[in-house]
Amino acid sequence: MPTTLVFVNENDYYLHSFTPPIPMTSSTVRRWAWIHKWSSLVCTLFMLLLCITGLPLIYHHDIVHLLGNDAAAPRMAPGTPRAGVDEVIAAGRAMYPDKIMMYMSQEVDEPDIWNLTLGDNPTDPNYKPIAVDARSARVLAEPAFEGGAFMSLMFHLHVDLYAGVPGKLFLGLMGLLLLVAIVSGVVLYAPFMRKLDFGTVRRDRTRRLKWLDLHNLLGIVTLVWALVVGATGMINTWAELLLNVWQTTEVAEMLRPYQGMAPAPATASVQLAVARAEAAEPGMKVAFVAFPGTPFSSTHHYGVFMRGDTALTARLYKPVLVDAQSGQVTDRRSLPWYLVALLMSQPLHFGDYGGAPMQFLWALFDVATMIMLGSGLYLWARRARAAKAAAQAGASLEAA
Amino acid sequence: MKLWGMPILLGLLTAAGLAGALVGEGGWDDLAALALAVPVAVGAWHALRRLSGTKD
Repeated sequence: MPTTLVFVNENDYYLHSFTPPIPMTSSTVRRWAWIHKWSSLVCTLFMLLLCITGLPLIYHHDIVHLLGNDAAAPRMAPGTPRAGVDEVIAAGRAMYPDKIMMYMSQEVDEPDIWNLTLGDNPTDPNYKPIAVDARSARVLAEPAFEGGAFMSLMFHLHVDLYAGVPGKLFLGLMGLLLLVAIVSGVVLYAPFMRKLDFGTVRRDRTRRLKWLDLHNLLGIVTLVWALVVGATGMINTWAELLLNVWQTTEVAEMLRPYQGMAPAPATASVQLAVARAEAAEPGMKVAFVAFPGTPFSSTHHYGVFMRGDTALTARLYKPVLVDAQSGQVTDRRSLPWYLVALLMSQPLHFGDYGGAPMQFLWALFDVATMIMLGSGLYLWARRARAAKAAAQAGASLEAA
Repeated sequence: MKLWGMPILLGLLTAAGLAGALVGEGGWDDLAALALAVPVAVGAWHALRRLSGTKD
């Protein structure tokens, strides 16, 4: 945004300090400045919203815990045997006999809790979350929906603007504009900083110049972080689309033997399905089970998603498809590259994979990005005002 | 190099920090956080110094 200032006489900065680098003519700079101005202008307010709502989301777990909206497993003697998965499901279903199972999952660091979601149908957006003790099969809590009212608000403003998949895709488009703004900003960094030492902030001249320097400084130090978080955020907005591709290609292929068969009730024991999946993938643990009809499974299968135990493999699920009637493993395959990309995009966007220091750095980068966005907006507004004043001065001069 | 040296260095450190924590465990996480902290610290130092208004 500030780069449009380059071409006004309001300030002599540009004329005095800018020597066009050999390969970059002033019309090239002008073109990049135009790209930077418009890509930023369109996305800045949304990006500010994403930065503001993203800040509490970095600390999602901690905030939900502080608000008392999560479930905690009581302490039991180490080695307490685990309850059967079927028992756990029965405990959850007893709460809502009319609803069906959608998913059950376990977090890496909380093996004592099974998180169940039940709904009226396999894709019910108003699902009921239930936390069940993995050892006693007792219902621990019905955790607040989406972590409670506040976190739910932050989540939706950050993810889909309460507009479902179209809302997500819209924010993804804004993310793409951010990437364009970042790249054009880097190109423009050269003509602005050519004569200056890295990190120069000229505080002793005009206020605009000070903020221009701060904008350039914060932009360049957050560059790679913003590129990564912006790009992975954009990829995350495509989650539904990518799952759809998977459904219509690989899952459809796995379902070919079932062609012409009506969806049958899932009668096989989930416990058995989990045990067989574990036997099929030694060394891996169950991350979640997707029940028949959900986007992660098929109408005839339990999708048992296994994970490894390192930071990387814990995120690269391996699905084992178990026939929901016979309980036999019918297919297992690695996820296609685009789902691997999606799964890898999540930690890189959330910053939740390096412990508390990384969370804190994520928050600092986030704040720096907000200042960068705000200063860009300020510089653009100053420029617009200056241009208007110049036009008015010109007009009154003509009138006189 | 005067122009791009520092940006390239900070960019590489950021990338190494982001990737390192993803593939590494335990001690690598701390090292990755350290790498990520450099651009934040450099940015903060240049942005906040001479806030009192002293000129150079």
